[in-house]
Amino acid sequence: MVRRMDGGTGEFQAGDFQAGSFSGAGLACRRGGRMVFSGLAFTVAPGGALVLRGANGSGKTTLLRLMAGLTAAVAGQLAWDNRAIDDPDAHAGRLRFIGHLDAIKPALTVAENLRFWMSLWRGESRDTVITDALDAFDLRRLAGFPARLLSAGQRHRLALARLVVAPAPLWLLDEPGNALDESSLAALARAIAAHRARGGAVVVASHGAAFVDGGSTLNLGDFAPTDDAHWSEQ
Amino acid sequence: MSVFSTVLARDLRLALRQSADSLTVVAFFAIATVLFPFGVGPETNVLARIAGGVLWVTALLAALLSLDRIFAVDFEDGTLDQLVLTGAPLPVVVLAKVCAHWLTTGVPLILVSPILAVTLHLPIAGYVPLVFALLLGTPTVSLVGAVGAALVLGTRRGGVLLSLLVLPLYIPVLIFGTAAVEAALIGRASTPMLSVLAGFMVLALTFSPWATAAALRQAVE
Amino acid sequence: MHRFANPTQFMRIANAIYPWAAGLSAILFLVGLPVALVTSPPDYQQGETVRIFYIHVSSAWMMMVVYSAMAGGSAAFLIWRHPMANLVAKASAPMGASFAALTLLTGMLWGQPMWGTFWVWDARLTSTLILFFLYLGYLALGDAFEDSERGDKAAAILALVGSVNLPIIHFSVEWWNTLHQPSIIKMTGFTVDGSILLPLFLMLGAFTSYYVAVLVLRLRSELLAAKIRNARMSQVAVNQAAQPAE
Repeated sequence: MVRRMDGGTGEFQAGDFQAGSFSGAGLACRRGGRMVFSGLAFTVAPGGALVLRGANGSGKTTLLRLMAGLTAAVAGQLAWDNRAIDDPDAHAGRLRFIGHLDAIKPALTVAENLRFWMSLWRGESRDTVITDALDAFDLRRLAGFPARLLSAGQRHRLALARLVVAPAPLWLLDEPGNALDESSLAALARAIAAHRARGGAVVVASHGAAFVDGGSTLNLGDFAPTDDAHWSEQ
Repeated sequence: MSVFSTVLARDLRLALRQSADSLTVVAFFAIATVLFPFGVGPETNVLARIAGGVLWVTALLAALLSLDRIFAVDFEDGTLDQLVLTGAPLPVVVLAKVCAHWLTTGVPLILVSPILAVTLHLPIAGYVPLVFALLLGTPTVSLVGAVGAALVLGTRRGGVLLSLLVLPLYIPVLIFGTAAVEAALIGRASTPMLSVLAGFMVLALTFSPWATAAALRQAVE
Repeated sequence: MHRFANPTQFMRIANAIYPWAAGLSAILFLVGLPVALVTSPPDYQQGETVRIFYIHVSSAWMMMVVYSAMAGGSAAFLIWRHPMANLVAKASAPMGASFAALTLLTGMLWGQPMWGTFWVWDARLTSTLILFFLYLGYLALGDAFEDSERGDKAAAILALVGSVNLPIIHFSVEWWNTLHQPSIIKMTGFTVDGSILLPLFLMLGAFTSYYVAVLVLRLRSELLAAKIRNARMSQVAVNQAAQPAE
């Protein structure tokens, strides 16, 4: 399975995407009228990994959504290959985002769920790719079942399987290890390693993060606005 | 497959698997229409006089009931986040979803409207204009409704709020839709009203996907 | 910081305008109301009911002006992310709704002696009623979110959608009205006599300056409310930081 993920079938060869470096500088974000973080900077090189850490409410999810272009920053600039990102659609096209919500339709089968996202992202769907992705997260025997029958862990694996049906140079993962057993964590670790080996970049918000080798760590607590900053705003 | 057809195909497939949802809307259309004879009395000429307007009003209300489904489920399960992130223009995604909504609620409403018209004693001359007016008017209903449905995502009282936002905007469609039927009943041509309805549809097609996309972007923010 | 530099500048201008607007409004009301309601001559067609008309036309005028201000503010907020523009729209909406309600009320009071009934589906009354509903929708939507910033954007989009639709609605209602009641007396269906111009302009001026003055007051209180919210939020943040991370 691992070997196939690494390019045995030829579906996931490097060159499927243009690897690049992802960075941000001077980022600040408000949620619900409150400054969550400010003056935040980061860089992820091709093949690199960035682990976001911080207490609840420190803005890990907010930062990931900001990186995805879902949330607008109050200040600061994101850049791809050192060029400022000004077209959110172009940026969206080169990233995969896995959030808290799994975006799974209970009425569709497991395979249909994957096929939808694959044709959306690649303009076509190929059964071999779907099967490989299901294999990678040990879902193959469930392929024909409606997704409403899945357990929480299985749903989460199905969400993660989306990552490998359509290669993209940037993965943004919000607590991807939640609800996963040990063998699934290993599968996730393999998928991330294979992605990085191809030059892909990963940003992970996680408490554990046993599934990322090396990479740098960003502690969001360091960018929490001080009390002074709050008052000077007014 | 293009983004448009992928999203359209998925929404149609979902609607087919959950066809009870569409049927409920049609059933509402029927029961709401059937209430009128009880309210105004069963006299043939009274019912015939108001049939066009009644069918239009109940069709609008039925469509309104189905509107919050367009985006609410996708919003709650995280699909909307992913749809915003496809990299394809969001208005195209919106248009595909509105198309699916129209095909799964607008079209069934149009199909049963002649049957309900029979119960209201609509004169023969009224049937063709009624169906054509609904054909040209219901896409506008779906398109304008989509803006409202996107705006109320994440609110405390989505459904009721949606009706307050959207119903005033439906008044022009209602006026011309009913007028098309009434014109035919007094022996006049209903084509002018139908062309106005077509004009509304073109306007809605031009503006609504963009407004809806803007509303969706702020909803996922 | 530029976010907050703008309001400071804006409020400096607004605060400078405030005493003039408030003073003008007070003077015009003090002079205009007696003229409009007592001393001006009755209309030769409408008699004393013309006095309702001065209030009616002024509030109708204001409900249009306020909706334009709302739509303009919303557009500026969405396009340039100008926070003050949004505050102007938000602060204007309840006033616009009140002016629309006053227009409806005075329209009905005027209709009773003129038409013999409180309500007629006259094109202008009907359009006013729909505009009143649009105001209600805007207010309800802005208030329906837990996160007030989300409500701001949603309501701004709604205001723009409404402003695109208003001409269409107006045209449709106008057409519908001629279709069903071709011979109804139009509200504007009397010749404008010179004697009504003075009270009318006095009232228009009074209403407009009243709106400007109250708008500044509402902006002030909105900004204060935002400051209080921020202070509370940072208090929460400080308390959270004081607790050990899990």
